[in-house]
Amino acid sequence: MTMATTTRKKLSWFLLCAVLLAVLPFMVGHVLGNSWVRIVDFTLLYIMLALGLNIVVGFAGLLDMGFIAFYAVGAYTYALLSSPHFGLHLPFYVSIPLGAIFAACFGLMLGTPVLRLKGDYLAIVTLGFGEIIRIFMNNLNAPVNITNGPQGINLIDPIQIGGVSLGESLHVLGLTFPSVYLYYYLFLVLSVLVVIMGMRLQHSRIGRAWVALREDDIAAASMGINIRNIKLLAFALGALSGGVAGGLFASFQGFVSPESFGLMESIMILAMVVLGGMGHIPGVVLGAIVLTIAPEILRDVIGPLQMETFGRMIVDPENARQLLFGLALVVMMLVRPAGMWPSRRRAAEFTDAKRDAAQKG
Amino acid sequence: MDIFVQQILNGLVLGSIYALIALGYTMVYGIMGLINFAHGEVVMFGAMVTISVINGLVGAGVSLPGPVLVVIGLLVAVPACMLLGYTIERIAYRPLRGAPRLAPLITAIGLSIVLQQTAILIWGRNYIPFPPILNHDVLNIFGASITKLQVVIIVMCQVIMIGLLLMVEKTRLGRAMRATSQNPAVAGLMGVNVNNIISATFVLGSGLGAIAGVMVATNYDQAHYYMGYMIGMKAFTAAVLGGIGNLGGAVAGGLLLGIIESLGAGYIGDLTGGFLGSNYQDIFAFMVLILVLIFRPSGLLGEKMADRA
Repeated sequence: MTMATTTRKKLSWFLLCAVLLAVLPFMVGHVLGNSWVRIVDFTLLYIMLALGLNIVVGFAGLLDMGFIAFYAVGAYTYALLSSPHFGLHLPFYVSIPLGAIFAACFGLMLGTPVLRLKGDYLAIVTLGFGEIIRIFMNNLNAPVNITNGPQGINLIDPIQIGGVSLGESLHVLGLTFPSVYLYYYLFLVLSVLVVIMGMRLQHSRIGRAWVALREDDIAAASMGINIRNIKLLAFALGALSGGVAGGLFASFQGFVSPESFGLMESIMILAMVVLGGMGHIPGVVLGAIVLTIAPEILRDVIGPLQMETFGRMIVDPENARQLLFGLALVVMMLVRPAGMWPSRRRAAEFTDAKRDAAQKG
Repeated sequence: MDIFVQQILNGLVLGSIYALIALGYTMVYGIMGLINFAHGEVVMFGAMVTISVINGLVGAGVSLPGPVLVVIGLLVAVPACMLLGYTIERIAYRPLRGAPRLAPLITAIGLSIVLQQTAILIWGRNYIPFPPILNHDVLNIFGASITKLQVVIIVMCQVIMIGLLLMVEKTRLGRAMRATSQNPAVAGLMGVNVNNIISATFVLGSGLGAIAGVMVATNYDQAHYYMGYMIGMKAFTAAVLGGIGNLGGAVAGGLLLGIIESLGAGYIGDLTGGFLGSNYQDIFAFMVLILVLIFRPSGLLGEKMADRA
């Protein structure tokens, strides 16, 4: 096969994917209804989140269990700046970047004290950090009402691009684009950007430094890598993506409350990264898709299935979903600890660790 | 001054319970170098099983004094939780010994979720009240009040902890545990069955967790499927504060954390001019955790600088 045909083949695959992604909301909306387009939108949001966390956990090997805090910071920044809550209605191109910057600052705030920590300790401290943020969101409604407490913030402005509000249907060229379709295209563009950013980072000098840090931090330091800066950079960049996704979430949902940013969400995003294949962008994207879509399918399946087989509801569907999720985590780790679709390098690291341990006895 | 004494007393009650749970974390950490993420769920199961047993007995018309009922409940709950701890080790930890540290952490989180959801299946999502069988008489000490029940909790915790320390220092099993925590491979060569010792550690820690769970339920008069998470986090903080892997440290850390938390909750309003209130109580544990890990990662009584931290 010559170079030219390979390139042409790649190009035609690329075009095919692009066309498929472009018509996806129409297909999904037509066959399954617009509620499923909404789920696809959320899938894209989760892809962005998972790719952000992937920078921290997958590339740099820092186990962050409070990632949802950055999502929350992004979401609340947007909610406070673009809603009737304070009467500020800043445009999205101000409030989303501000949210991202705030989130990155929080990333540095978290990263600095935990520089010396690794593994389980890091996991617990980041988890605690996430909880602290959530407790503040829940309680900062008195004596000065900042976050509106557990009720959350309502009526958040939808994103407006050039006079077109993404919160309303758009009629162009005889086609109708409902709000969920418009958000789909916005999220798609941003997800692709995040993917490209991740890929470029991975193969850059910084990306290689992260791999070195992940595999052996002492060796990395002795090769002249500034461990502190490279760790902080991972936290900040991860948080930045989380912050952007948070801002988008707030505008899309129109409502934020502390409930959306609990520990379970953090675990969910971590699971997307880990079960997908840490450090491997296609794997993480797959993980995000599977873990967003599968629960939705289960929601539709578990209830009717029980009615059919037993004639009544034995297990509450929400309950069964969570049970299956927990079991999936356990089984996946026992069967395929490197994830569904790991990168070759990462898979090798896992077998290395196993062999080392076996030698040590 | 009355508030001060009162908060110290509250802190002692809370702290004793934290210490009991922290022992479970610290024993497992000492031997395997891993945080048992599912330990909080064992505590929750201990509380739930005991309440169910007592309710069952009372419902069946058994009329025994309250404390006897609680002891019967414990006699069921402690072995049940020990079995649970053993199962957790077999499923989530043993197959992954030697795998990267992330893998057992994720399996433990997975098991936590499974256990919580199982608890919902059995006991539902609502708070379950502790049956009103215990005496809530109040004693007055230096103008502060404490219930007799709380005195019993404090005393029982101390007795159990002293018993555990004696066991680890004086018995054959304790010596094998110490040997395994120092070097599993060499301990194995000396004829210690490392697998059994690790199982024994999980079983012991879970038994203590079950007792602690019942104490939490009696102290707050209720139990809930999600109670294990917060109490587990705090007990873990206590273990880190005292120096993880160190049994005496876990006790000291637990008591200290309990007192810090109560004093913090009692005074935060005054300190911040009313800006922050006692609803921020839960923040103290996490703040303490972060501060300890920054300034003294080996904890108060930990000797070696753990490179994991």
